[in-house]
Amino acid sequence: MTCLPDRPPGAPALGLVIDLDTCVGCQACATSCKQWNASGHSGPLPDLHPYSAGAEGVWFNRVHSFEAGEGAAGRTVHFPRSCLHCETPDCVTVCPTGASYKRAEDGIVLVNHDACIGCGLCAWACPYGAREMDEVAGVMKKCTLCVDRIYNETIPEALRQPACVLACPTKARHFGDLADPQSAVSQLVADRGGQALMPDLGYRPVNRYLPPRQRQAESQPIEDQPTPLDIKNPLLRWMGRVLTR
Amino acid sequence: MKPAPSIVFFTVASGAGYGLLFWLGLLRPTGLLPQAPAFALTCLGLSLLLITAGLLASTFHLGNPQRAWRALSQWRSSWLSREGVAALLTYLPALCFGFALVSGASGLAVAAGLLAALGAAVTVWCTGMIYASLKPIAQWHHPILAPGYLLLGAYSGMALLAAVSAIGGVVGGPASFIVTLGLAGLVLKLAYWQIVDRLGPAASLASATGLEALGRVRPLDPPATETSWLMREMGFRVARKHAAVLRRICLLLGFVLPMLLSLFAGQFGGGLAVLALLLAALTVLAGILVERWLLFAEATHTAALYYHG
Ligand code: SF4
Ligand code: SF4
Ligand code: SF4
Repeated sequence: MTCLPDRPPGAPALGLVIDLDTCVGCQACATSCKQWNASGHSGPLPDLHPYSAGAEGVWFNRVHSFEAGEGAAGRTVHFPRSCLHCETPDCVTVCPTGASYKRAEDGIVLVNHDACIGCGLCAWACPYGAREMDEVAGVMKKCTLCVDRIYNETIPEALRQPACVLACPTKARHFGDLADPQSAVSQLVADRGGQALMPDLGYRPVNRYLPPRQRQAESQPIEDQPTPLDIKNPLLRWMGRVLTR
Repeated sequence: MKPAPSIVFFTVASGAGYGLLFWLGLLRPTGLLPQAPAFALTCLGLSLLLITAGLLASTFHLGNPQRAWRALSQWRSSWLSREGVAALLTYLPALCFGFALVSGASGLAVAAGLLAALGAAVTVWCTGMIYASLKPIAQWHHPILAPGYLLLGAYSGMALLAAVSAIGGVVGGPASFIVTLGLAGLVLKLAYWQIVDRLGPAASLASATGLEALGRVRPLDPPATETSWLMREMGFRVARKHAAVLRRICLLLGFVLPMLLSLFAGQFGGGLAVLALLLAALTVLAGILVERWLLFAEATHTAALYYHG
């Protein structure tokens, strides 16, 4: 059913909060996503020409690097991009077969690969480029929010988190319920001014991105600051130089 | 957006086929067209041929064409599903129309013809709405898009109808309709290009990354050095220079030439008119093919912002 579900009041909106301040662009989330999902709910994730020129494949998570701002205030921002599990996504409603759906109970957006005809319309309807065609099986695939990990009772409770969240070496990725204002992720969004992407399009994405923190004013590398060895008196400085030769 | 040949062919061929069916069903009862059943049957056959060829071509675009029947299920939310349902339903009155023509049931022929015309219009409207409803593509998500599909379908259908009816000995009416519809189409295309040339993308990279507070955002490194399905599909770009040439070709082939040919045919009639209107129909189809290719090639998707800025 590709009409959006009536979400029961109080139903969780599971999603990710991604910290653009601490993300170092190491690609650990992207590779661990690929590794887990290649054999998970939406596996396999095919690669075309993996060992030659023109290697490409299906990834649910891709890390871009951008430059933002000008001059001294400019900075490099690493930006992981995956499905935002939107509350009102057209990717679901445009699907002609009912293969694309949003779960009422937790808001996760998934594809039923047995019903998908591979028309690609849902990918056109996603502003965020979050859906990728598996051209071998001829069906659409996308981030599952690791639905096969987060409820998986066969793995230790501490590991019931998306693969990308667990892999991040700088803890730049956080998983939780963004509908609950008391949850750790919602608190993080409130504290750090978490952003929704392209809010004007009206998809109401669940995932949030925490913008880079403001730089400390006048902050200078420690090496540039005067030390006790920076002696003002020229005579003493000359003596210092002679003696340290 | 990538102009996939199967979709470009589908929208042009079935657009013209439905246009022809529309005018045949609507105009035949008025007496403006040749009344011989052979004429109506030829037009009906041609329109169903074009529609069916287009629909078949569109399934080549699918990853799993054998499941295409599933696409009829979600008509409540999906314009693509509605298009499929409308396309299939339109076969019923169209085939009924054919049956009535063969068996000489003139009352039934009129009723079925009108119903088929309605089905044709609804189907093409749904096709237009598939594209017009896509918010990430500014050049499509515009109220002018779906009426454009309707008008150009009607125009190319009329060009086909005029060619066949010239063979059947009637030239004047249909030929003058080509000029009227062609003028309307010309104005519509010029207006559309004026609109999209002023239009920015549906969002900016700054809002696509949530980094608006930092100022201008530009791409530094893409996620992969090689391309991807996403980039082939949504990252397609046509050089402005080439697009400008193609627009002129589209105007010339699709509108100016066929209108001149139709004026010529209306003036002189006879065997030359048949030739002129056949040529007009061909140039209209060629022009609309270019138009449809451009409609894809010039459309930009917000997902490409992450790559091209
Ligand atoms: S990010 Fe794209 S694929 Fe994911 S729910 Fe939103 S619109 Fe759909
Ligand atoms: S590609 Fe599959 S999931 Fe996407 S719209 Fe088409 S049928 Fe639905
Ligand atoms: S939640 Fe899972 S599927 Fe989604 S990006 Fe992270 S690892 Fe990949």
